[in-house]
Amino acid sequence: MRRAGWYAGTVAVLVVAVLPVLWIVSLSLKSPATISDKRLWPVQPTLENYRSIFGSALFTRALLNSVGIGLITTVLAVALATPAAYALTRLRFRGKALVLPLTLAVAVFPPMALVGSLFDLWRALGLYDTWPGLVIPYLSFALPLAMWTLTAFFRGLPWEMEEAAQADGATPWQGFRRVLVPLARPGVLTAAILVFFFAWNDVVFAISLTSSDRSRTVPAALAFFPGDEQFAQPVGSIAAAAVVVTVPVLVATLVFQRRLVAGLTAGVVRP
Amino acid sequence: MRRAASEQRVAGPPPRERRGPAAAPARRVRRKRRPRAGRRRAWLLTAPAVAVMLAVSGFPVGYGVWLSLQRYDLRFPAQRGFVGLANYAAVLSAPVFWSDLAATAVITVLAVGLELVLGLGIALILRRGLAGRRALNAALLLPYGIITVVAAFAWQYLATPSLSFLTDRAWLGERWSSFAVIIATEAWKATPLVALLLLAGLAAVPEELMETARLDGASGWQRFTGVLLPAIRPVLLVVLLYRTLDTVRVFDTVFIQTNGANGTQTVSLLAYDQLAGRLNLGLGSAVSMLLFLLAAVIAVGFVWVFRADLRELSRGPG
Repeated sequence: MRRAGWYAGTVAVLVVAVLPVLWIVSLSLKSPATISDKRLWPVQPTLENYRSIFGSALFTRALLNSVGIGLITTVLAVALATPAAYALTRLRFRGKALVLPLTLAVAVFPPMALVGSLFDLWRALGLYDTWPGLVIPYLSFALPLAMWTLTAFFRGLPWEMEEAAQADGATPWQGFRRVLVPLARPGVLTAAILVFFFAWNDVVFAISLTSSDRSRTVPAALAFFPGDEQFAQPVGSIAAAAVVVTVPVLVATLVFQRRLVAGLTAGVVRP
Repeated sequence: MRRAASEQRVAGPPPRERRGPAAAPARRVRRKRRPRAGRRRAWLLTAPAVAVMLAVSGFPVGYGVWLSLQRYDLRFPAQRGFVGLANYAAVLSAPVFWSDLAATAVITVLAVGLELVLGLGIALILRRGLAGRRALNAALLLPYGIITVVAAFAWQYLATPSLSFLTDRAWLGERWSSFAVIIATEAWKATPLVALLLLAGLAAVPEELMETARLDGASGWQRFTGVLLPAIRPVLLVVLLYRTLDTVRVFDTVFIQTNGANGTQTVSLLAYDQLAGRLNLGLGSAVSMLLFLLAAVIAVGFVWVFRADLRELSRGPG
């Protein structure tokens, strides 16, 4: 009897978690004629909406912007954060105790608190509506995120191996390549995924610091879709675009499920 | 990972360290370095990240404070000038700021409350390790992985009578039902992460503790309130703080679903409207800074009130 209660809970959670996703997929497969039929399943599924968005430069360009800006942000954040996290875990130095609280303080900033000044600065510096104009503010949140995740990860590594390599006469470079890199790789990968998700997800900067398809990312393009006359049936197009941006993230999430959960919980549960 | 941790525990970290098994080996084997070379290396490794962080966040925030002290409307750039705290006075005496703050509070309190209750429930389900746990785990990552804008559209279309298979009511047509949709979206998106964090907290509760309570004749509910809840209190508090800080700046969902209509405008939306809509950088920056201040006050106040609980967790990195 009790068990039944727990199972009912499981089913309820499954349904609520999946339903909105299913709904957006269903809408994306409906034709303009059936979009308002108020049915959960599309009667005559069609790929028309997908064809329409991939035929529109507005969407493909936004997709390119999202991928490019996301990847650049990720590479920069991880490249800067990894050595810093290593030093924070392994070395003693003055000021060390200040670094992580600083990263946390930065992470607490509401993004909106940066928008006004960046808007003004970017217009003066010519960075408004450019890729770097988004990469820079993304770094301000991606860096703390990467440093925090990586530090938590590095603290769990068996560092004896690095010591042993040094004791066995390995050069620092050999120690780095043969021991450190393989040890650190899963943590770096996790941090990279989390950072990419962050950049991929952002709306606040993407709508405030861009004005055209030169640098507008998919979430921003989606946010302004309804006002765009290029799309006769915005609901179907929006749904299709929504599915397209969701797929890569979902694949990454499911493939790296374990690692992501470990990375996400690391900072809070075992700092 | 966890098994390795329990083996290391025998090697001698003090019992309080149990939740941070990771920390033990690194601390134990830290060796002496030639101090000066080590320190220089440490700085070479850390300085770029810290410098970039200060440049990309510290500087814009500082400049934002400066902007908030000026009359600076891009439509009338000639009138630009230093006005002290006048923008703050203007914002704080505007009824719209207070009603937006109230809307932000409604969304934050209800969404975070819902997330904690549901998240704890889901964590308890996951903890039982029932059949279907894998499916549940994967399904939970669905809302987490989806971008907020997509989540907002999905729920909006569920709540739109001309489209939805669920309802004939225009949920986004009036105030409280709009709040309901916004809160449902926020909670749907964030609850999985809350559940996973709380589950990690629950996993650290020693099984013996539960067993002892069971032998003492405690009911399921008593074990929950008497053993589990106190044991995960620090984790619960961290999650509460993190979710509160994340929700007071809520923007995406509201922007997509109502764009602030029907009295659902939040403080973030007000700032955006002033900055990007009206191009009033002075007033908009003042709103942004007040939002920042609100987050800072919540964070500092929270850490102060619960300092004893948090100390248990915060033998932080370093």
